[in-house]
Amino acid sequence: MFSFLKKKVANNTRKISEALKGEVTLDESRLEDLLFDLEISLIESDVALEVVDKIKDDLKNSLLGKTFERGSDLEEIVKSALRDSLKSMFIDADLVETIKAGKRPFVIAFIGVNGTGKTTTIAKIATAFEKEGLSSVIAACDTYRAGAIEQIEQHAEKLGVRLIKHGPGADAAAVAFDAIEHARAKDKDVVLIDTAGRMDTNVNLMDELKKVVRIAKPNRVIFVGDALTGNAVVDQVLAFNKYASIDGAILTKADADAKGGAAISVAYILKKPIYYLGTGQEYGDLLKFSSEWFVDELLSE
Amino acid sequence: MVLDKLSDSLTGVIKKITNASFIDEKLVKEVVRDIQRALLTSDVNVKVVMELSKRIEARSLEQKSIAGLTKKEHVIKVVYEELTLLLGEKQEYRLPSKTRIMLIGIQGSGKTTSSVKLAKFLSKKGLRPYILAADTYRPAAYEQLVQLAEKAGVKVYGDPGNKDAVSITKAGLKEASNADAVILDTAGRHKSEADLFSEMKELSETFKPDEKLLVIDSNLGQSAGRQAAAFHEAIGLTGVILTKLDGSAKGGGALSAVSETGVQIKFVGLGEDVKDFEIFDPERFISRILGLGDLRGLMERASEEIDEDSVKDILKGDLTFDDLKTQIKSIRNMGPLGNILKMIPGFSMMSMPKEQTQMTEEKMDRYLYIIDSMNKRERVEPKLLNTSRINRIACGSGTTREDVKELVNYHKMMKKTLKGFKKGRFSKGPLAQMMRGMK
Repeated sequence: MFSFLKKKVANNTRKISEALKGEVTLDESRLEDLLFDLEISLIESDVALEVVDKIKDDLKNSLLGKTFERGSDLEEIVKSALRDSLKSMFIDADLVETIKAGKRPFVIAFIGVNGTGKTTTIAKIATAFEKEGLSSVIAACDTYRAGAIEQIEQHAEKLGVRLIKHGPGADAAAVAFDAIEHARAKDKDVVLIDTAGRMDTNVNLMDELKKVVRIAKPNRVIFVGDALTGNAVVDQVLAFNKYASIDGAILTKADADAKGGAAISVAYILKKPIYYLGTGQEYGDLLKFSSEWFVDELLSE
Repeated sequence: MVLDKLSDSLTGVIKKITNASFIDEKLVKEVVRDIQRALLTSDVNVKVVMELSKRIEARSLEQKSIAGLTKKEHVIKVVYEELTLLLGEKQEYRLPSKTRIMLIGIQGSGKTTSSVKLAKFLSKKGLRPYILAADTYRPAAYEQLVQLAEKAGVKVYGDPGNKDAVSITKAGLKEASNADAVILDTAGRHKSEADLFSEMKELSETFKPDEKLLVIDSNLGQSAGRQAAAFHEAIGLTGVILTKLDGSAKGGGALSAVSETGVQIKFVGLGEDVKDFEIFDPERFISRILGLGDLRGLMERASEEIDEDSVKDILKGDLTFDDLKTQIKSIRNMGPLGNILKMIPGFSMMSMPKEQTQMTEEKMDRYLYIIDSMNKRERVEPKLLNTSRINRIACGSGTTREDVKELVNYHKMMKKTLKGFKKGRFSKGPLAQMMRGMK
């Protein structure tokens, strides 16, 4: 995973440090020149442009005007500056730990644009929680898209997880409410709310989402994004955050030659944890995210 | 709305050129840098952006401007032409009497929705489409297709118990032998899934499609080109459907896919509704993202929605509230107002906040409620509306007196506009005037 950025970043840091050899201090124009290739690699890896700017600024701040001793490992110095910058963008959190420490039932709403994989992700999450000894109830709150209820129903059946549903076109908030009531009555640990995908520009559907969140009062609102998304992910995150304050994110399709840039952008813009990555078609294809692992994955050779 | 960011920033670029009093190397370089940034933000592939900007820079500086064009207009023209070149030439979608269309793409890009939209599009053109449900992987893919197709009045063949897409395709082809167009909806897959890619090849050999359309999400970033190339290499694409252009995504990924594979974008998906689907027009797309407006596109859609007779009646006689109702309804049916406004020259140059277009949609609905609360005579004879009638209508429609008065004023304004239109001010466009009144 993320091999593209890995290779590029390795090449770039080498290039930068090679250029630094023999020089004592770095002036601005020289550094700008050196950072150009890194900038292109980050863009090619789908890091959003404003986040690329931030990374460049970080590197400038830590390298500009610094005096390096002859013989010091410059590649390591540049790499470590980049590592620090990338790491500073992430906050780590363990969702399962949070739930175990939280109240019962712990309600999680999954939101995002159409086709990012909310329903599939919920099936994977329910599987992962089950392994941790947490029982789930799924609320079929996508009452909008054709076949959405049937889709989550088939997952729930296969997994043996209880599904609360109304008919197509039903009030999504009411479904969520019923699911929470059910979880309370049956002593279930977690309620997973599957919401309809919606374009971040569709004010009517965003208002509906606001209502679901107001009624369900989820303990966590999780943004489900497609890891293949480019710069658009910034607008998506900002728009959804405006209507339903996002607590964390899950990125899907990370196995589809995603370059990892979307993870960096989402983490930086949201300043909230990324909990998991979706990595395939099977229920077990869910990877717990940690910034340590992710940044190592990007920078190691 | 469509390509907002790209559009905003490029509009800024155009303004920069038009505001500059003369063009020198420094200005061109500055403009090219702005264009680069705009295109990168829109997820156009880095290599494509670099090549494009080099050409714009070279052509703007070296080529002599054409007689009749100022230097400024020359640079605008170069930017426009190069962007058009990137997207390919415009191609009308030819409709053969019998055709087989296969839709493929990454998970969640919108294949199923697009297959129904495409079928509806074809049936509007007088063809009898048939959709085959060959996504046997995703749970309830069949149910989704059946429910969507039923709403759109399109036939579907499927076999939810059968997990073998190839045998479904064979049986479906027999079932659909009388159809003019058979559309194959397939499972989502990406280039790292070898099994699914070989299934796709097998499906393609069985189905023998005339068209192999890759469905691309406009949110897709830099990997769009590589993904498209993999699909192209596996089965040979003939075109692209670009979906979700109604979100904030800019669609630059599709440009990379086009430049990588050399195939055209043929259709675009613009919304949740089945009719939010259009033939892709590169020039129109460019003029839209450059903020130059697109009246032609609007008229195409308007002519499909507005009943011609009623238009003639309006032009012949007086504008009644009944006519107004028909017009407002037609406009509401054309989709989000933002989409329509973008097509009117001059409008996209103005910055129209999303909240405002949304407000306007509410306003249109309110106007409809008010008209519904009028009696027959009032609708035909707007002059009858006095204070007591206005009070009654406001009560009946659940609005305020001010709202009703606003509608009455709007009606007067429209009447005046239409008189002007009859006198031959065609260049402004009746709908453009109407929109202005709606603001």
